[in-house]
Amino acid sequence: MAAIDLLYFAWVRESIGVGHERATPPVEIADVAGLIDWLAARGGGYAEALGDKTKLRAAVDQLFVPLDASIVGAREIALFPPVTGG
Amino acid sequence: MIRILVTDAPIDVAAELDALERAGGGAVASFTGLVRDDGGVEELFLEHYPLATEKALSDLAAEAAQRWSLAAAAVIHRVGAMKPGERIVFVGTAAAHRAAALEACAFLIDRLKTDAPFWKRETRGQDARWVGERDSDHHAADRWKR
Repeated sequence: MAAIDLLYFAWVRESIGVGHERATPPVEIADVAGLIDWLAARGGGYAEALGDKTKLRAAVDQLFVPLDASIVGAREIALFPPVTGG
Repeated sequence: MIRILVTDAPIDVAAELDALERAGGGAVASFTGLVRDDGGVEELFLEHYPLATEKALSDLAAEAAQRWSLAAAAVIHRVGAMKPGERIVFVGTAAAHRAAALEACAFLIDRLKTDAPFWKRETRGQDARWVGERDSDHHAADRWKR
């Protein structure tokens, strides 16, 4: 799989410590949930931010998607808490 | 006319309403959201997902314009640090008659709350915390499904 731009927002960003990074997940990771587990396994702030998937939402190439959405061919994946604008 | 703006500058409601009144409709409706004090909030910080935010707001405005045959719609959202009393969000609609303008305005603010990637962080003294989602916001957004 090619390198993917990963974006984090709000407390996900704060726990992980960066808002943006590039990563190349192993090819067997097919969906957003798998990507989250792979990142959480890094431990530390990643485990803290990504340990509970019920608190997470995602966008693939800037489109909101459920966590079982495919990441095959994705260029940009964002992970964040439920939105609270307005 | 659809106007979408995500800005760290104060929102000029008078200028926005003036533009909507010049769109050629017979009715203009608007909603302005203000930073609440909510038990001693000193600062509200709004984070967003650039580009995805503008796309989400543009899609909502286009849907409203089509569904209620709007002459114009404006969605302005502030980002960055704000104090209680400052304007966070402005939604305005112009239509031929009041029902369309009022309904489209309610649709836009209800759906913005669940569909646009913004996050609020409240600071009270040394305590900064991210605001959690509210079930009532989802119920308000769901009523526009059809």
